Amino acid sequence: MTTTTRPTTATGAPQLEPAPNNTLATWFNDGWITTRRNLIKIKRVPDILVFTTLQPIMFVLLFSQVYAGSIDIPGSNYTEFIMAGIFAQTVVFGSTYSGSAMAQDLKEGIIDRFRTLPMSPSAVLIGRTNGDLFINALSFVVMIATGLLVGWRVRSSILEAVAGVALLLLFAYAFSWVMAFLGMSVRSPEVINNVSFLILFPLTFISNAFVPSENLPTPLRVFAEWNPVSALVLAARQLFGNVPEGYQPGDSWPLQNPVLTVLIGVVVLLVVFVPLSIRKFRTISSR
Amino acid sequence: MAFIEATDLVKTYNPKGAPVVRALDGLSLEVPRGTVLGLLGPNGAGKTTTAKVLTTLITPDSGSAAIDGIDVLREPDRIRRMIGASGQYAAVDENLTGFENLDMIGRLYHLGGRQSRARARELIDLFDLSEAGNRPVKGFSGGMRRRIDLAGALVINPPVLFLDEPTTGLDPRSRLGLWDIITSLVDGGTTVLLTTQYLEEADRLADDIVVIDEGKVIARGTADELKSQVGGQRVEISLVSGDDRDRAVEILDRVGTTSTDVTADGRTLSTTVADGPAALQQVLADVRALGIQLHDAGMQRPTLDDVFLTITGRTASHDDKEEAAA
Ligand SMILES: Nc1ncnc2c1ncn2[C@@H]1O[C@H](COP(=O)(O)OP(=O)(O)OP(=O)(O)O)[C@@H](O)[C@H]1O
Ligand SMILES: [Mg+2]
Repeated sequence: MTTTTRPTTATGAPQLEPAPNNTLATWFNDGWITTRRNLIKIKRVPDILVFTTLQPIMFVLLFSQVYAGSIDIPGSNYTEFIMAGIFAQTVVFGSTYSGSAMAQDLKEGIIDRFRTLPMSPSAVLIGRTNGDLFINALSFVVMIATGLLVGWRVRSSILEAVAGVALLLLFAYAFSWVMAFLGMSVRSPEVINNVSFLILFPLTFISNAFVPSENLPTPLRVFAEWNPVSALVLAARQLFGNVPEGYQPGDSWPLQNPVLTVLIGVVVLLVVFVPLSIRKFRTISSR
Repeated sequence: MAFIEATDLVKTYNPKGAPVVRALDGLSLEVPRGTVLGLLGPNGAGKTTTAKVLTTLITPDSGSAAIDGIDVLREPDRIRRMIGASGQYAAVDENLTGFENLDMIGRLYHLGGRQSRARARELIDLFDLSEAGNRPVKGFSGGMRRRIDLAGALVINPPVLFLDEPTTGLDPRSRLGLWDIITSLVDGGTTVLLTTQYLEEADRLADDIVVIDEGKVIARGTADELKSQVGGQRVEISLVSGDDRDRAVEILDRVGTTSTDVTADGRTLSTTVADGPAALQQVLADVRALGIQLHDAGMQRPTLDDVFLTITGRTASHDDKEEAAA
């Protein structure tokens, strides 16, 4: 803070006039600026990048090389069966960043800073969930490449495969809004991290992601058949053409209509948690 | 109508498993346009809560607030377009550089890319931040973050500035620098509400001071008015030898308006006087005539610390709630 050479514009100059803040253009601007902030973070925090790329590689290799020999999926090979499960698990975990990041921003007072600015109240959340979307898209590229290397093949059309990727990303995106809301409510990045692991591990493992659920003991089988992750995995499996010959997914309605179930789930999560999160954001402040 | 006006603000917090806290308990204040109001008070007095209400961060349970006639509670968006705010703890994005932090704020004020960048560069110079300009904030000192945060409050050169303990954690040089910046902003017409723990800071910057405690205003006025509430000037001498004590007390009693205070060791004596310079000259002449030797002699104006102590019964600089309860 030099006191001798002070640019005159810094003090005593007229206010710089902020543009009106309720147009579609400013909404896009705000969403983009906050998205960019999260993208810069991904670039500068190596752990995020390492985790989002190495972890899926590790999973693909682990399941396809280590377990594939000992798990027999009639009518298919384990590598083809497992990929949809790994996709689903990875993107669901990828959408938890929004939870801890919102809690962290709240704790550090950055939310307070944003809330005193004339920006769109949804922008911070949009930027945050977009950040997760980007991370998940990145993981996806890595997983697809690794999967193809170890023998995974899409047995449907390109169009269906694209729809499968889109469905997974869409579900994860909707789930990011849930996590963002939880992050603002729980307020502790550590708690939100631990809780999401505690909830998501059973949810992804007690499902049809890694083994067919028909062989599970009854209570677990029922859980797996109604578990939304199972519907997500099955939907993806169908769209990639990776459902084994003669595979019995289960009798539950979600597993009979997996794509529809996921789409309904996405809509419900967005309709509930987008407004809820924005409303929450408008009143929160540090401590 | 004053430029910033808060009337009867009440804000209660009801934390789980803890008694209800009345963070603001009918607080009112006014800040005339182009002046600095210093909000002073011990920890937990409600300074931050007041600043948060006025910067649209929290809604009070009752009461009203307006800036330039615009209702803070009803039209928060209009308020946000004219204020700059810096919270008690520096809120900067650690992963962004100093420049990126400021540029981002400019763009969120919708200044446009070119103007945001230009303004960010200006502020980096103004706050001596060139070191942090192009490196992520992570890893920089607390003072550096604080300065980036303060610069963030000035991005639009706002007509109204809210600074919550702006110099806490700054080194003396940065503190003086910030005082200079605030002074020149005010010269340019900016209205400032600043909270502080440092009485010297309020003394130096604030046109008016509001002292709050437990969510209520307990005193207000200019620094001089508050000081005169506590009493006038004092004359103080310290003796080389305690043997001279009685004779020295006599001398001070003759000029003092109250009885002379003597420290426990009997060597430092002081008394309140009506006309400081005249009294001091008189005392020095008498001391010399009697051949009493002095270490030190001088005149003291009461500090805001004295004011604080007198009004609240405790010092400003640390939290005495626990002590009082114990
Ligand atoms: N979110 C909150 N939940 C519960 N209590 C709160 C909350 N925010 C503030 N308080 C309480 O309200 C009172 C006023 O707090 P405030 O932060 O305004 O004080 P302050 O004057 O800024 O203190 P300090 O000098 O420590 O910053 C305190 O007793 C504080 O504990
Ligand atoms: Mg405070």
